[in-house]
Amino acid sequence: MVIQLDSIKSIPYFAGLDQAELESIKKHIFEKKAVRGEILVFEGDPAETLFFVVNGMVKVFKTSADGKEQILQIIRPGDSFNDVPVFTGDVSLASAEAMSDVLLYTVKKNDLAGIIRENLRVSLNVVRILSERVQQLVSLVEDLSFRHVTGRVAKVLLEYAGNGADEKPRLTQQEMAAMIGTAREMVGRSLKTLEEEGTIRMERNRVIITDQETLREVAGIT
Amino acid sequence: MTDMPQIDINKCDGCGLCIGVCGCRVISVVNDKATIIPKDHCNGCRRWCTLCEDICPNKAIYCAFEVVIEQKTDSK
Repeated sequence: MVIQLDSIKSIPYFAGLDQAELESIKKHIFEKKAVRGEILVFEGDPAETLFFVVNGMVKVFKTSADGKEQILQIIRPGDSFNDVPVFTGDVSLASAEAMSDVLLYTVKKNDLAGIIRENLRVSLNVVRILSERVQQLVSLVEDLSFRHVTGRVAKVLLEYAGNGADEKPRLTQQEMAAMIGTAREMVGRSLKTLEEEGTIRMERNRVIITDQETLREVAGIT
Repeated sequence: MTDMPQIDINKCDGCGLCIGVCGCRVISVVNDKATIIPKDHCNGCRRWCTLCEDICPNKAIYCAFEVVIEQKTDSK
């Protein structure tokens, strides 16, 4: 399959590069396809590859000894995963699983080092992307430490609410629970509470936010 | 548009626990795999109760929700 230059261009890692620079990077990029449920990265395995999501969604998660899952991040088109262990040379810190059928671009660790050495702009992009990753993780710690479960559910709903214009992942109650560090039953209870309070309405496989302002207050978003 | 619970046949071991909890009675095990067979009078899963997803020991059933913001219409 041919690697599309436009797809590379839309990846934040390679933002701002000219045509010639993108062409030189293209030869280091390979395509990979996966189906929903396929494990792409196993926690603890040597990290040899950086992944970019071109189409679909991927979840990055940790699993406890008793099988409990904590989702660290949902990776959308353009975003990357497995960056940190690739840069540190360590093993993968978390596992990654396709949430839908996905198209990925991959870059080998050694090739990435060469790309960064040759392109200052890529280095600056990487600094910004990893800084944003730190912000996301700080936000997750804040949620788990200070927000009550209903507030966390409200925040997830606001974050994943679509307007029809952009692609948003559909979430199961189990996935919501794994994102906010709670049990599936607690998500179900919180959705019921929010519905009783009139901030959302459940319609079969849709959660409709009917009072966005109050939901933001419940989520603690000012 | 995802209108039915999704069943990952690679994970399903055909245990049939989902059949017992399905309020719409539309799940059957066919060739050792859970399958949704819509009845004539409806479109299959109507309630989206998610009990099948909850009970599945292999996490083979997904009942995903779309989150949307209600568009307010001005009545004036």
